[in-house]
Amino acid sequence: MLYREAGQFKTSYEADQAVFPIRQDRWVIAVVLIVALAAVPLVIEDYWTNAVMLPFLVYALAALGLNILVGYCGQISLGTGGFMAVGAFAAFKLTTMFPGMNLIAVLLLSGLVTAGVGVVFGLPSLRIKGFYLAVATLAAQFFLVWLFNKVEWFYNYNATGQITMPPREIFGFLVTGPAAKPAVKYLFALSFVIVFAVVAKNLVRGRIGRMWMSIRDMDIAAELIGVRPLHSKLSAFAVSSFYIGVAGGLLFTVWLGAAEVTEAFGIDKSFLVLFMVIIGGLGSVLGSFLGAGFLVLMPILLKNFMVGGLGISPVVAKHVEITTMGVLIILFLIVEPHGLARLWQITKEKLRLWPFPY
Amino acid sequence: MTEHSKKIGDPLLKVDNISLGFGGVQALSNISFEIREHEILAIIGPNGAGKTSMLNVINGFYHPQQGTITFRGEVRRAMRPYIAARQGIARTFQNVALFKGMSTLDNIMTGRNLRMQSNFFWQILHYGPARREEIEHRRRVEEIIDFLEIQAIRRVPVGKLPYGLQKRVELARALAMEPELLLLDEPMAGMNVEEKEDMSRFILDVNEQFGTTIALIEHDMGVVMDISDRVVVLDYGRKLADGTPDEVRGNQGVIDAYLGVPHE
Amino acid sequence: MGDFTFFLETTISGLMTGVMYSLVALGFVLIFKASGIFNFAQGVMCLFAALTLVGLMEKFGLPAWLAIIATIGVMIVLAWLIERFVLQYMVSQSPIILFMATIGLAYVLEGVGDLMWGSDVKLLDIGLPQGASDWMLDNFNIYVEKLELVAGVVAAAMVAVLAVFFQKTRIGRALRAVADDHQAALSVGISLRTIWVIVWSVAGIVALVTGIMWGSKSGVQFSLSLIALKALPVLILGGFTSIPGAIVGGLIIGVGEKWAEIYVGSLVGGAIENWFAYVLALMFLLVRPQGLFGEKIIERV
Repeated sequence: MLYREAGQFKTSYEADQAVFPIRQDRWVIAVVLIVALAAVPLVIEDYWTNAVMLPFLVYALAALGLNILVGYCGQISLGTGGFMAVGAFAAFKLTTMFPGMNLIAVLLLSGLVTAGVGVVFGLPSLRIKGFYLAVATLAAQFFLVWLFNKVEWFYNYNATGQITMPPREIFGFLVTGPAAKPAVKYLFALSFVIVFAVVAKNLVRGRIGRMWMSIRDMDIAAELIGVRPLHSKLSAFAVSSFYIGVAGGLLFTVWLGAAEVTEAFGIDKSFLVLFMVIIGGLGSVLGSFLGAGFLVLMPILLKNFMVGGLGISPVVAKHVEITTMGVLIILFLIVEPHGLARLWQITKEKLRLWPFPY
Repeated sequence: MTEHSKKIGDPLLKVDNISLGFGGVQALSNISFEIREHEILAIIGPNGAGKTSMLNVINGFYHPQQGTITFRGEVRRAMRPYIAARQGIARTFQNVALFKGMSTLDNIMTGRNLRMQSNFFWQILHYGPARREEIEHRRRVEEIIDFLEIQAIRRVPVGKLPYGLQKRVELARALAMEPELLLLDEPMAGMNVEEKEDMSRFILDVNEQFGTTIALIEHDMGVVMDISDRVVVLDYGRKLADGTPDEVRGNQGVIDAYLGVPHE
Repeated sequence: MGDFTFFLETTISGLMTGVMYSLVALGFVLIFKASGIFNFAQGVMCLFAALTLVGLMEKFGLPAWLAIIATIGVMIVLAWLIERFVLQYMVSQSPIILFMATIGLAYVLEGVGDLMWGSDVKLLDIGLPQGASDWMLDNFNIYVEKLELVAGVVAAAMVAVLAVFFQKTRIGRALRAVADDHQAALSVGISLRTIWVIVWSVAGIVALVTGIMWGSKSGVQFSLSLIALKALPVLILGGFTSIPGAIVGGLIIGVGEKWAEIYVGSLVGGAIENWFAYVLALMFLLVRPQGLFGEKIIERV
C-alpha cells in the first residue's frame, strides 16, 4: 500500500525521464541523504569511520568507476588496484610538490592523471576483447605496482617505500593526518561520493551512457549505427579510471593516511572491487553502493561473529572468511547474477502490489 | 497523412564492379547495379548468393578487393561502418542486432546519437543543452514509436521481446537515424502472414511518407513482387538480372536459378 | 665461454619454468575448450592438489604412490562437486559470470585447503631426484637441476597422453565435439554434464602434476597459486583453445622472462618478472589478436 505509483501521472517527457520518477523513491533517497549528511556525523566515532564508513565510501566510488567500464561499456578490467595506486601516488606527489594546493584540486587532478593512464592501458581494447582484454589489464596491474615500488621518485626517496599524507585543511577543518576528526573525514569523502554518483547517473542515462551500452551489448551493431568504437571505449576507460583514481586518492589521503603499494594496491584489490560490482549489480549505480556496503560489512560481521562469538582463533577465522566469501560469490552468481540491485528492484515490484498480489 | 507523390529520381548509390572474396571463396564477383532515389529495391537470390555480403560491402562492414561504391557522388571502396552511418546509411540485420540489455526506448534513442551534439560538460550536469536535446529527441523517437505501433513495449528490455517485435524495434532504430538509404536484411524472415503484412505496410509507409530509399533482401517472392519498384537477382556471387518485378519474373536465367536446370 | 654457458643455463632454467607455465595453461585450455569457461581457479587447483598430497603423506603417513592415487581421487571428486553444485546451475550464464564464479571457486579452494592442511610452507618430497645433474655437468659443463629435467620429461609425456586421449578415444572425440559446438554435441546425445566432470577431472590431474613439480622445487605454499597468473599471458600468446599454443607459449614466456630479468631487469631495478610476461603478451596481441595458433575469426552479421 505504501509503495504505489497509481495516480502519479507524467505529463511531460521531462518528468518521465527523471532519475526517480516515482514519488516514494524520492522520499527514500531524501531520508537516506539526510541521515547520511546530518545524523551520522553527530554520532560517528573513530572505529566506525575507519573500519566501516570510509572503506565503504572509497570502495563505492571505485566500484562506481569500474561499473562504468564493465557494467556499462562491457570491457572487463582487472587493473583496478593499479589504477587506484596511480590516484594515490599522484595525490602524494601533488601534495608534496605543491604544499599549498587545495586537497579537492589535488584529488581531481589525481583523477585526471589516472584517466590518462587508463586511456593508455585501454588502447588494446580496440584490438582485443573479452578475456584477452581482462588479461591485458593485468599487465597494467602488475606493471603499475612494480613501477611505484621500484622508482623511488614516486615515494620521495624515503627508505621504507611508504607514502604518508601530511595534514591538510579544507575550509579551516583538518581533513587528513592523524589529528583529523572522524566526522570531518567522513563528510569530506561523502560529499565526493555524492557528487560523483550524481555525475555517473547523468552520464549513463544520456547519450554517452547509451553509446557505452550499445558497445557492451553488440559492438558491431553499435558501429553500424554510427558509434565510433575507439571513442566510446576510450571514453569509458577515461571516466572509469578517473573515478578509480579519485577513490585511490581518497583511500590514501583521507582513509589510511599512509600506504605501501604492494600491500594497499595489490591484485586482491582489483578482485575485491570487481566482486563489489558483480554482487552489487552490473550496470547499476545503486548496485555499486550495495556491493561495496555488502563486501565491507560482511568480513567485519563474520570476523566478529567467529572470533568474538564463537571464540575461533583469528587464523582459522581468516580461512573461514575466505571460504565464505568464495561460497557467497558463487551463491550470488547462481541465485541472482544481476546482483543486489536487481533483488532490490524485484522487492520494489512486489511491494507495488502488496498487500494484494493479484 | 500527406500522400507523397512518388518520384523515382537519379541514382543515389552506385555499385561498380564489386568483387569480394574470403580466402578461396568468391562471395561477390563483378557486381554492378544502382539504387535510385526514393525507390524500393529488392535484392533476391538463393541462399549463399551473396546478398548479405553485398549489404555488408555497402555499409562498410566488408571491404571489397575490387570495385567502388558511389554514394551521393562520393566514390569509395573501403571505409569504417560508422562513417557509412554518418553519411546516412542505416541498416537492419538478418538475425536482429539489437542491444539486448537496453529497453526498446533506449535502443531507438541510440539511433539518435549521431544527431545529438551536447558536450561532455552538459552531459555531466544533465542540464541546459543536454537536457533540452534529450527531450527533443525523445519527442522524435516517440513519433517513431507511434508510427510503428510499439507504444506498449517502450520500457521492456528488447531481449525479452518476441522475434517479430524485435524486428520492428530494429526498424525503429534504423528509422530514428533518419537515413537517406535504408538497408533491410530479410525484414520478414520467420514471420507469420499477418506480421508480414504489417511489416510490408510499414516499409511502404516509410518509403512514401519520408521518401526514404530502401534496399531490401527478401525470400518471400509474393512480398518482393508486391512492394518493390525494382529487383536485382544474385546467384553464386554474380548478378543474374536487374529490372522491374515483371521483367525479372520473365527472365529465363532467373527461372533456371530458382527452379533448377534439367541436366541431360 | 663462461658467458655462453651462463646464457645456456639461463635458457634451460627458463625453459623449465616455462614447462610449469605450460602445464597450468594446459589445464586452462582443456576447460576453456570443452566448456568455454575461463577457469581462474586452475592455479589454486594446483595448490589444492599439492596441499592434499602433502597432507595425506604427512598426516596419514601414506606412501607417495598411494597418496598420489588418493589425490587423483580427490581431484575427481572435486570435479564432480564443482559440476554438481556450481556449473549445472550456471549453464546459460554469460562468460563473465562463469569467470567470476571460478574466482569464487578459487577463494573456496584456497580457504578449504588451508583449513584442512594448514597454511604453513610444506616440503613436498615424493622421491623425485634433487640436486644438479652430474651428467650434464660432466658432459656439457652446465648446471641443470635434475628436477627440472624430470619436469620436462613428465610434461612431454603428459602432453603425449592427452593428445592420444583426444585423438583416439571415444570420450576424447566427444570432448572435441563439445568444444566445436555445444548444441550440436547435445543433439547427438553427448551428455554435457558428464563431459564437464571428465574435463574438470583431467584439468585436476594436470593441476596435481603441476603442483608436484612446482612443490618439489620450491615447497607447497600460497605462492603456488600465483603461477596461475603467469599462465595467463601464456594463454594470450598461445590462444585460449590451442594445446600446442599452451606448450609453446609457456616456453616462450619462461625463457623470455628469464632473459629479460637478467639482461634488462638489472638496468631498471629488477623484479620485472612480475609484469614482463604480460607486456610481452600484450605487444603480441596487438600484432596478432588471435594468438599464435588461434584461428582468425571472421565476424559475421
